[in-house]
Amino acid sequence: MHHTTLTVFRTLARGCKTRVAAAMCVLGACLSVSFGASATPAFEDTLAQRLQACTGCHGEQGRASPGGYMPRLAGKPAGYLFHQLLNFRDGRRGYGPMTSLVDPLSDDYLEEIAAHFASLDLTYPPPQPATASAATLERGERLVRQGDPAAQVPACSRCHGDAMMGVAPAIPGLLGLPRDYVNAQLGAWRTGKRRAQAPDCMAHVAKQLSLSDIHAVSQWLAMQPVPPGAKPLAAWPAGQRLPVACGGVGVDAVEASGASR
Amino acid sequence: MSRLGWRLLAAIFAAVAALLATVVALNLRGEGNLSAEIDSASIQVPGPGSDPDALARGAYLARAGNCEACHTARGGAPYSGGRAIDTPFGTVYSTNLTPDPDTGLGHWSAPQFWRAMHHGRGADGRLLVPAFPYTSTTLVTRADSDALYAYLRSLPSVQRAARPHELRFPFNTQAALAVWRALYFKPGVFEPDAARSADWNRGAYLVQGLGHCNACHAKRNALGATEGPLDLGGGLIPIQNWYAPSLTDPYEAGVASWSATDIVALLKNGVVDRAGALVTASGPMGEVVLRSTQHLSEADLGAMAAYLKTLGATHADAAEPAAQAASAPPSAAGRGATLYADHCAACHGDQGAGIAGAYPPLAGNRAVTMAVPANLVRIVLEGGFAPSTAGNPRPYGMPPFSPILNNDDIALLLSHLRGSWGNRAGEVSAADVNRYRGSGAR
Repeated sequence: MHHTTLTVFRTLARGCKTRVAAAMCVLGACLSVSFGASATPAFEDTLAQRLQACTGCHGEQGRASPGGYMPRLAGKPAGYLFHQLLNFRDGRRGYGPMTSLVDPLSDDYLEEIAAHFASLDLTYPPPQPATASAATLERGERLVRQGDPAAQVPACSRCHGDAMMGVAPAIPGLLGLPRDYVNAQLGAWRTGKRRAQAPDCMAHVAKQLSLSDIHAVSQWLAMQPVPPGAKPLAAWPAGQRLPVACGGVGVDAVEASGASR
Repeated sequence: MSRLGWRLLAAIFAAVAALLATVVALNLRGEGNLSAEIDSASIQVPGPGSDPDALARGAYLARAGNCEACHTARGGAPYSGGRAIDTPFGTVYSTNLTPDPDTGLGHWSAPQFWRAMHHGRGADGRLLVPAFPYTSTTLVTRADSDALYAYLRSLPSVQRAARPHELRFPFNTQAALAVWRALYFKPGVFEPDAARSADWNRGAYLVQGLGHCNACHAKRNALGATEGPLDLGGGLIPIQNWYAPSLTDPYEAGVASWSATDIVALLKNGVVDRAGALVTASGPMGEVVLRSTQHLSEADLGAMAAYLKTLGATHADAAEPAAQAASAPPSAAGRGATLYADHCAACHGDQGAGIAGAYPPLAGNRAVTMAVPANLVRIVLEGGFAPSTAGNPRPYGMPPFSPILNNDDIALLLSHLRGSWGNRAGEVSAADVNRYRGSGAR
């Protein structure tokens, strides 16, 4: 209750600060609605309204289901989402439609957009059924939970959390995503088409994975249900280190040289 | 060979030699004693003693010219070059303007920089490709060129070798450039119009010179040349496939009937609400506002507005363009109307009125009714945000419809927009949509 009141105040304050004409906009909207047909939903000057450019593809409120290709945004850690927006803008990720959308936007706005989608706590739809053999799924689960030390592949869960829901602020969850999307991202990292801030830990990991391993990991991850209330870990566990140096994550890696920032 | 034959041969040789001499002379015209100045010039290195006012002025001028936009690769260090610029003649890669001695302007002197800006020749004397808009920057004064030079020399040095251009033969030769320059380039000086105010002249200087507005807002001929910095009659930007509307035509982007305040607001904020009708800078103009014009002083924006207002006619004295295709008004029950109701009306209104402060109207919107539908098609395909500027930090966005609507549907939808609510523009065909689909960033 208290929190809600605070949010409302903050929203109002922001509206007054950044858009002097907020009240006039609302008035204008009321007028246009009253003169227009009743089918038009009421316009509200909210961030969600401003971000319809995102939700067209990423689903209402950024809750794209695993049935398509586009990744869900709702509930992902804010730092991760912000980094991806920067990666699209600065050419570390190569998907033209995203690049043209974020090109004219400031860092501040991109950060606010990321925080908006990160703050949405929405239930996840059921996962996709797997289409791979039991042996493949077993291999996928082993890679996710234990990695493959012989191939220098750390377990996914070492960084993405035991629940694979990610760690705030910058490590993403791996569940609730379309299989094709996970598969394509690992492939893109392997070929250098997708990159992250240096040192690029995921590029390092993906290059150790064979295509059949990528297939196995995507199959297993995509069939996992997301338990109600599952969220990214609030913080990286004190005293633990990352197995591979990772840019922008703010956590030290095992090797002393692996400075993270 | 007969005597006549020898004479003919000699005449041909003489004619070729005269032509060559003419081309060379045309390429070097106006340079005067510049070579001597270059030979004797020392290279300035800004240090603690540099005049901070001059550096600030240079930084401001660099914004006015939007130099950084082309001279920075996506995600690269500012001004270190490497951005690919696609042209009908091949790809040009921008150069490194940081003071790195090996790959940047480290060995350039102020007069060499001036020769590039004013004459379009590099430090080594080579002719520069006119993707660098020296046909416009030739109007920049020597003092402004020197201030820009001082500023660029104060930037952090970045080592990044310029990637060689990938131009097709013969466009990759100095000879072709020499011929092109002989035909289309003449070093110029901005001549103030004594009959106009100082403000108007300042605006004209910025628009025609450093601002190089005509690099986009003018037609290009088969060899990529415009009619010069004064032509702002609009044109399709080659390869990019955005249409830079005419700044002289009131039915495109002419602003003769706008208030100076509205023009300044659009250039400063990227959006302006004109009596409840939102106008936004989109596509490449959004980038120009974001990186260049929003940083200019109110005085300079006002000067540009004063100049732009005098270009072309107002609605009152211009004939409305005839609709391209004589067609019946679209049916309110047709597929275009259904698509509009399903996908557009929630934001743009049942009657195309838009929402003040948020979404532009489509009724009476010049971006909807312009003869060339390139921008309209691309905005629907690709969606987009207005630029986030200090004056409009959290712009509204439009979703891309390319994933959900096919070419036929987009054509029907756009024909509906162009023929409804008083709009009287020609239909858009599926072939038009197909032409522009896939033009965006990849």
